[in-house]
Amino acid sequence: MDIVYTIWLRNVKRYLRSKSRIVGSLGMPLFFMLVLGFGLNSVVRIPGMEDGYMNFIIPGIVAMSVLFTSVFSGIQIIWDKQFGFLKETLVAPVSRLEIMIGQTLGGATTAVIQGLILMVFALFIGLEPAGIAGFLIAVGFMALIGVTFTAFGIAIASRMEDMHGFQLIMNFVIFPIFGLSGALFPIDSLPAWLRPLTLADPLTYGVEGIRYGLSGTAQIHPLVSLAVMAGCAVLMTVVGAYLFRKISI
Amino acid sequence: MPAIHANNLTKSFDGFVAVDGISFTIESGEIFGLLGPNGAGKTTTISMLSTMLKPTSGTATVNGHDIVTKEDDVRKSIGIVFQDQSLDEELTAYENMDFHGRLYRIAGEVRRQRISELLTLVGLDDRKDDLVKTYSGGMRRRLEIARGLLHEPKVLFLDEPTLGLDPQTRNHLWDYIARLNDEKGITIILTTHYMEEADRLCDRVAIIDRGTIIALGTTENLKASIGGDVVTIASPDPGAIAGLLTAPWVSGIERHDGSVTIRMQDADRHIPGIVTDLHRSGIGITSLSVRKPTLEDVFLHYTGRTIRDEEASGKEAMRMFHRAGRR
Ligand SMILES: Nc1ncnc2c1ncn2[C@@H]1O[C@H](COP(=O)(O)OP(=O)(O)O)[C@@H](O)[C@H]1O
Ligand SMILES: [Mg+2]
Repeated sequence: MDIVYTIWLRNVKRYLRSKSRIVGSLGMPLFFMLVLGFGLNSVVRIPGMEDGYMNFIIPGIVAMSVLFTSVFSGIQIIWDKQFGFLKETLVAPVSRLEIMIGQTLGGATTAVIQGLILMVFALFIGLEPAGIAGFLIAVGFMALIGVTFTAFGIAIASRMEDMHGFQLIMNFVIFPIFGLSGALFPIDSLPAWLRPLTLADPLTYGVEGIRYGLSGTAQIHPLVSLAVMAGCAVLMTVVGAYLFRKISI
Repeated sequence: MPAIHANNLTKSFDGFVAVDGISFTIESGEIFGLLGPNGAGKTTTISMLSTMLKPTSGTATVNGHDIVTKEDDVRKSIGIVFQDQSLDEELTAYENMDFHGRLYRIAGEVRRQRISELLTLVGLDDRKDDLVKTYSGGMRRRLEIARGLLHEPKVLFLDEPTLGLDPQTRNHLWDYIARLNDEKGITIILTTHYMEEADRLCDRVAIIDRGTIIALGTTENLKASIGGDVVTIASPDPGAIAGLLTAPWVSGIERHDGSVTIRMQDADRHIPGIVTDLHRSGIGITSLSVRKPTLEDVFLHYTGRTIRDEEASGKEAMRMFHRAGRR
């Protein structure tokens, strides 16, 4: 546990210290929230949601921010590889599992912080503060998304030599995961051919879970969302840990 | 129990043999040097001994623990300064040390105390709260050495500890490494391609070239093994000198234009006699110099090449590689 904490602490310290990264990665979600939210608020009516489109996409954008931040945190292992710091960790008498878990929890923590910052912004543009229980549910789902996708990033980083492949992963994996999730549109109104894809996307359940927490309504039962997200978090951690164990420097 | 014992240690990468069946024993408390040109296999050897690479074949023990089957025990016994920097530049020196201390499960109070002792020892105490990215190369190296010592390892690996440092910093580090060994009794194994470094620091040196150890011994013995001191006499008649010096203690003579180079043991004792003989025979001496052999001479003797040649060709190869990569 000490080791997990040590690795976690380093990640969080580095994150809190990189102000430009915090601000920089707020840019795109804020842009989405403002442009789509205000732009479509009066045009789009979501069936079953009284609060308008803005309130519909806020959970989606929060999930997006958590997704991007956590994938990026995981992928950062490649920097550690290139700047040599990974050797310092790997030559210590600690198990790789501990290192990987610490890294995952660290990445998930930073991703949740990033999502919380965004939620604070959202309060100013129409997010109704939910009760404390709803808020905690939302944070719980953010944490699960964070763990799942940090572990995913670590799995990718364990296999990559440098950052060249990063753009590829972003374009062909992460953007589709975001796009296909119910972050920007309601699942019920999807054409029949698209629905299965959306339901196969783990982020859909994360978004629905956060939405349930923040607005009290969701199209997928929150317990189903919880089961799927928790399952994904465990599965990705196992895969990530397996690949990280075989990392070579 | 020896600090390190390697037996036929071999590593190949896709058929290319980087380390080719090397064997050696390092006694506890020694400073042992692996000296060789770039690409000789020094880092690969260190990587195997520090459990970062699995040997292709052969065995080794560090502090009595097998490097393959007792990885964790080996890791607990060693400290290492890698050839390439391995600090987190976004953290302060103190935080880098603290991270290390926690990884090695050193309890809080002891950890804080040792960190402050070590940072003082390497002269970084007043900069301990600055981010490492503001540090110079020498400061980073000192910090890495301090970090490698934090968990009080029995054996310390230093892979090219002074690579790329200016002469003054290098001298400081040398003093520092020698003192560590002296005062704390830590066994040190260092790799280098600097002759002076091996010469100045190491009790024993293994000269390694193309993955094999070509000579091993104390620096004095290595130098003595190639025929002793180097005496150079400049004279109008070098041929006559070569003809005159037939004593059994002369181990080699090379004739050049206007001078001869003679190898012999204990030149200091023989020089007066030589000068007298030459004088008696009426052979003029323009100048005379006596030089102790260097490890460079040893390398040249065993490989027919100088380490400097090797290095130049290594750099050339790297440049070509870069060019090829850019195309
Ligand atoms: N991971 C690797 N894959 C392939 N070849 C390698 C690898 N590591 C080292 N080598 C090769 O092995 C040889 C020895 O390298 P190294 O041990 O780094 O030498 P040194 O440290 O003495 O300069 C070099 O020719 C190098 O190119
Ligand atoms: Mg090397």
